[in-house]
Amino acid sequence: MTFRARHLLGIEPLHPTEITELLDTAQRYAELNRQGRAPRDVLAGLTQINMFFENSTRTQASFEIAGKRLGADVMNMAMQASSLKKGETLIDTALTLNAMRPDLLVVRHPNSGAVDLLAQKVNCAVLNAGDGRHEHPTQALLDALTIRRAKGRLHRLSIAICGDIAHSRVARSNIMLLGKMENRIRLIAPPTLMPSGVAEFGVEVFDDMEEGLRDVDVVMMLRLQKERMDGGFIPSEREYFHRYGLDAAKLAHAKPDAIVMHPGPMNRGVEIDGTIADDINRSVIQEQVEMGVAVRMAAMDLLARNMRAARDQTGVMA
Amino acid sequence: MSTLFTNARLIDPERGETRGALLVEAGRIKAVIESGDLPQAAEVIDCRGHCLAPGIVDLGVKVSEPGERHKESFASAGRAAAAGGVTTIVTRPDTLPAIDTPETLEFVVRRAREDSPVRVLPMAALTKGREGREMTEIGFLKDAGAVAFTDCDRVVTDTKVFSRALTYARSLGALVMAHVQEPGLSNGAVVTSGKFASLRGLPGVSPMAERMALDRDIALLEMTRARYHADQITTARALPALERAKNNGLDITAGVSVHHLTLNEFDVADYRSFFKLKPPLRAEEDRVAVGEALASGLIDILCSMHTPQDEESKRLPFEEAASGAVGLETLLPASMRLVHGGVIDLPGLFRALSLNPSKRLGLETGRLAKGAPADLVWFDPDAPFVLDRATLRSKSRNTPFDGARLEGRVLGTWVAGRSVTETR
Repeated sequence: MTFRARHLLGIEPLHPTEITELLDTAQRYAELNRQGRAPRDVLAGLTQINMFFENSTRTQASFEIAGKRLGADVMNMAMQASSLKKGETLIDTALTLNAMRPDLLVVRHPNSGAVDLLAQKVNCAVLNAGDGRHEHPTQALLDALTIRRAKGRLHRLSIAICGDIAHSRVARSNIMLLGKMENRIRLIAPPTLMPSGVAEFGVEVFDDMEEGLRDVDVVMMLRLQKERMDGGFIPSEREYFHRYGLDAAKLAHAKPDAIVMHPGPMNRGVEIDGTIADDINRSVIQEQVEMGVAVRMAAMDLLARNMRAARDQTGVMA
Repeated sequence: MSTLFTNARLIDPERGETRGALLVEAGRIKAVIESGDLPQAAEVIDCRGHCLAPGIVDLGVKVSEPGERHKESFASAGRAAAAGGVTTIVTRPDTLPAIDTPETLEFVVRRAREDSPVRVLPMAALTKGREGREMTEIGFLKDAGAVAFTDCDRVVTDTKVFSRALTYARSLGALVMAHVQEPGLSNGAVVTSGKFASLRGLPGVSPMAERMALDRDIALLEMTRARYHADQITTARALPALERAKNNGLDITAGVSVHHLTLNEFDVADYRSFFKLKPPLRAEEDRVAVGEALASGLIDILCSMHTPQDEESKRLPFEEAASGAVGLETLLPASMRLVHGGVIDLPGLFRALSLNPSKRLGLETGRLAKGAPADLVWFDPDAPFVLDRATLRSKSRNTPFDGARLEGRVLGTWVAGRSVTETR
C-alpha cells in the first residue's frame, strides 16, 4: 500500500502512485456496486460524521451512501443550523466532536483552509468534502476515474476545464490531479473568472472557447453560480451562454469522441445545452455521480486501514 | 547622576559608526568621546565592544487600551518595548472606542504615564469614530498631545472629507498618516493576488491597489500641501510615484513594517494566520525592491506595526482570522536580517528606526549627539537565538517569527538616561 496518509485534505500532497491506488480501489468498488456485492464489513463498527458547514445535497448523500454501503454508522450534522450560529468557533466545534470519538469526519466548509485547521485538532481521519475555493479532492478523484474508464487511460490526454475557474475548488483539485498524471490542461473562461497567476500552474489559458476546445479529449464544464451572473463578473446569463455555454457548435471543435463532464448541479442553458448533457454518446455526467460513491468508499476504506494500522502500532484499541 | 558608557560601537545615524564612549548626565547626552581620557562618572557601563545606538521610535504601535486590555496594556507594551530597544512608542488610535476626542486622548496619556516604562506619544483619529465622515477636533487633540492624525487601516474613501481634513490639518501644522490601499480593490482580500492566492483559494488584492491609493493621496497633497506620511509602502509599483512626489517638493514621507521587509507571501504557507497582515505580505520582488528603497532613503521609516491579537481571534479559518502581528520585541532582531543580508548598514538602519521618525514628529531623539535625550539601546548585533514566542512580554504573542533564527540581541535600554531594562 502506498497511500498512508491520515487524512484526505487535498490532491496537492498526493503522489501519482497514491492517486492510482485510490483509483484502483475505487474501480473495484464500482464493479462491486454494480453487482450489488459491496462488502458491509469494511467500515463496520466505525462512526462516520458528515459535517457540512455549507449546503450540499449531492456530495453529502454520496458520502452517506458510501459509508453505509461499507457498514459504517453514519451521522449527518447540518452545521449551518447549529453551533456556529451560537458563536462557537470552528476549533471548539472540532474539539466537541472529537470528544465523541468519531472515526471518520467528512467536512465541507465555506472558508479555504478551514478543513486543514480542523484536521489539526482531531484524532480521527478527516476527509475534505470541499473547503472554500481551495480543494475538493474526492470530486477530482471521481472525475479522474470517470475519465480513465471512458478513455482507457489517465495520461497524455488533452483536457479542457471551462467556466468559473476563479471560484472553483473543483477546478483547482482537477488541475492538480490531472497535472500530476501528465495530461495537457487547457483552462477556458472569461478573464474575470480566471484566477490570478494561473499561467504559472503549467496550464494553457484561453478566453475563446472554440479555440480552447480544439482537439481536446475531455471537456469538463463547471457550474456558474447564480450570484456571479448579474453584472459583477459577466454581463449576463445569456451573453455567458452565447460565449461560454457548451453547445453542439462549440463541441464540434473537440475530438469526435470527446466526453463531456459536469460536477453538477447543472444550469441547463447557462453553461451547458440540455441536449448535450443528455447525449448518452458524449455525456458521462451520470457516470460521474456513480463513480462518486465508489471513490468515496475507496477513500474511506484506505483511511480506515491507515487508522487501524496506526492504532495497532501505538497499542490503542480501535 | 552621570553614567558613562565605555568601549562601545557608537551607531549614530548622522555621523556613522565610531568607537568610543558616551557620557550621560541629567537625562541627556553630555559628551560623545571618541578619543582621549575618559571623564569620571557615578556609574560606568562597559558595553563590551557591542553597539550603542539611539533608542527606537516605533511609529504606529497598537496598545489595546482602551477596550481590549486583555490583548495589550500600556504596562505590557511598555515592557515589550523596553525589551526590544524601543524607547518611544507612537500609539495608534484604532482602539475601542477610537481615540477621537481630547477626553479619550487624555485617558491614554494618563494610563501611559502611570504604566509604561518607555515614552508614549499618542496619535489621534483623523475622523470621528474612524468612519471617514467628519473630521475630529484636530486642534484640541493636538493641544492634548496628539503627534499625528490617522484612521489607521481604514482609508478615508470620501475624497472631499479627506481633502478638507488635510487642509485643516495643514493649517495647524499637524501630520496626517494614511493607509494606502484602494478599498474598492482590496475589499474582502486577505492575501496578495497571484499564484499563491490562487493555489490556496484565498481572495487576493492586486499590488496595484497600493499605488492607486498613493496616487490619489499625492494628488490631494498637491492640492492641500499637507504634511503626510504613508504608513506602509510595500510594493515596487508604488515607489516611482513616491519618488516623484518627494522630488516635486511635497511634504511626504513613507514607512514600512519589518514584516514586509523580511517575509513574503509564501510564508503564509498552509494558512498560517500569524502571517495575515494588513496590507498582506507581498511577492519576493516587492520585498527586495522595498528593502532597497529603505536603504536609499526613499522609504523613510521602519516600524513594527505592532498589532496584538489574542489566540481566539487568530485560531480561525484564514479569511476570518484577525490581521496583524506583534513586533515591539522583534523589530530590532528582525531588522538585523537586513544588515546581515547586506541591504543596509547599521547607521542606515537607525536612521530608519530612530532618527527619521523623530524628525518627522519634531522630536529631539534619534541621535547620539551632545544635548540629545539619552534614549539608548545597547545590543549585540551578532548574538544568535531562536525566538520562542512564549518568552515575549506582550500579552498577545502573535508573532510570525516563532521558531525563527534571529541574530541581534538587546542588552539594555535607557530612557532619558534611566535604565528600563528588565532583569529576569
